[in-house]
Amino acid sequence: MGGTDPDLPDGVHLTAVDDLFAWGKEHSLFYLLFATACCGIELMQTGGPRYDVDRLGMIPRATPRQADLMIIAGTITHKMASRVRTLWEQMTEPRWVVSMGACANSGGPFSKASYSVLNGVDKVIPVDVYIPGCPPRPEALIDGVMVLRERVRRYRTLGLRDRDPQVIAGADDDFGTHPGKA
Amino acid sequence: MSGERMILNMGPHHPATHGVLRLEVETDGEVVAAVRPDIGYLHRSIEKIGERVEWAQFVPYTDRVDYVCAMNANHAYVLAVEALLAHDPATRLAIPRRAEAIRVLVAELNRISSHLIAVGAMAMDIGAYTPFLHAIAQREAVNDLFERLCGQRLTYNYMTVGGVAFDLHAGAEEQIAAFLGELEREMVRFNRLVTANAIFRERCAGVAVVGAAEAVAWGLSGPNLRGSGVAMDLRRDAPYGIYGELDVQVPVGEAYAGARGRVGDCYDRYVVRLLEILESVRLIRAVLGLLPPPAAKADDPVGGFQADATKALRAPPAGEVRVRTEAPRGEMAYILVSTGGRQPWRVRVRTGSFTACAMLGHLLPGVFLADVVAIIGSLDIVLPEVDR
Ligand code: SF4
Repeated sequence: MGGTDPDLPDGVHLTAVDDLFAWGKEHSLFYLLFATACCGIELMQTGGPRYDVDRLGMIPRATPRQADLMIIAGTITHKMASRVRTLWEQMTEPRWVVSMGACANSGGPFSKASYSVLNGVDKVIPVDVYIPGCPPRPEALIDGVMVLRERVRRYRTLGLRDRDPQVIAGADDDFGTHPGKA
Repeated sequence: MSGERMILNMGPHHPATHGVLRLEVETDGEVVAAVRPDIGYLHRSIEKIGERVEWAQFVPYTDRVDYVCAMNANHAYVLAVEALLAHDPATRLAIPRRAEAIRVLVAELNRISSHLIAVGAMAMDIGAYTPFLHAIAQREAVNDLFERLCGQRLTYNYMTVGGVAFDLHAGAEEQIAAFLGELEREMVRFNRLVTANAIFRERCAGVAVVGAAEAVAWGLSGPNLRGSGVAMDLRRDAPYGIYGELDVQVPVGEAYAGARGRVGDCYDRYVVRLLEILESVRLIRAVLGLLPPPAAKADDPVGGFQADATKALRAPPAGEVRVRTEAPRGEMAYILVSTGGRQPWRVRVRTGSFTACAMLGHLLPGVFLADVVAIIGSLDIVLPEVDR
């Protein structure tokens, strides 16, 4: 948010309305409780006591009309694709989409071999952040949400927003040794 | 009661259908008049993929047949492939005893974590959010263990044809023993919070009663069948792995809800799952007791963890096998057809959720609309098992 003017009395804060709204939006990203497949279990556990995304102001909502953020957790099949689109259309602007896991990103393990899986949810709705993994760890999901929050902060009324999708990945990540091969 | 019928669409996005099940519910006031389940929203053609990948490459896909209990799904598939290889003495594998024991160990651990999700989610569907968090907290402990074991929290790809991918890590046995103790204490708390809760019990008592004969006729299996009072458990009745050496007790539904309870109601199915968690704790302790010490060689017939199956899988015998196992959601059977090639000719998966889902259209008419989610929760339907 904007700065505090030292000449103002205590408790008075000057800021742009847009900044204030963005601050509010960033800290209350309600997400749609929407899980299609395996990644959904990790999404549920991210909401669980250990990772506790409630502390980030993220509360699951059952209906898209109350949600700001749609986390696509799991495989989207051709049969499901139009329903995903409908759900996305029911959300109010500003709305955000995080694609969680290989399936939502690209079809993942089913992209080549399966006849019934949509190769990436970005074929039906625009995606803001992609998180790789099969499934991504809860930490990776939270990382993706933090990147998204940057974006939400930069959002301006009238819908001026970043459009280029971002991918959570580190090419220089050190994955360490495999735990089974010590 | 009769009035104007209303059609209500539940799903495919509905927080209480545990995935992407769609129910077309015809209601008469508050009462359900007819239900048509619509499945296939998660049909990922896993069986067809089985015909395109090699025998060993299919193991990761079995994780995705049922991700809530991936270890049990692994177990069923590798047992089926091993049964196929055993058709020919040239390709028969000698599975190390330690590997067999580890398999049962992780399968039972996964059964616990799967049942935890089932009972937690059922309580959540009925309207109590906190129990779910307690269940998830315990599940995290199992996930930690599996992560140390094989590097994954959910889709393990741990079992291989011939054994398991890695031996137990150092300190695994103590870690498991500590977890079991903590789990037992937690289950006491959980029972105080949920099982003994009068509101929860009244809500589930006598709802959606499935009689023993009815359950058998509809092909229910696993805890759903046992909840109806039929003592049938493949771990005891058709043992595989080292289950034959273990003394498997089979809890069944006994109208646990008291005066209003009936054998085979929602509450019985719920209690049977809780009892099975405790039974698994007992089995794991027993397996830890007879686990042979590790050997230096990986394919040692006693202390090894993996027999080399590379050569056998290049030219498996032709034929057909059918292997049934007891997964947390009922019978998980693999039917494999081989023509002697490097890939299966046909992979067929049979799961417990499928039959449970088929029963919805029969079970739901006549109940109150609000009970629909409780019934789906008590049957513990997981959609990838249905759609595959
Ligand atoms: S990315 Fe992997 S874990 Fe996630 S839904 Fe797809 S198959 Fe399942």
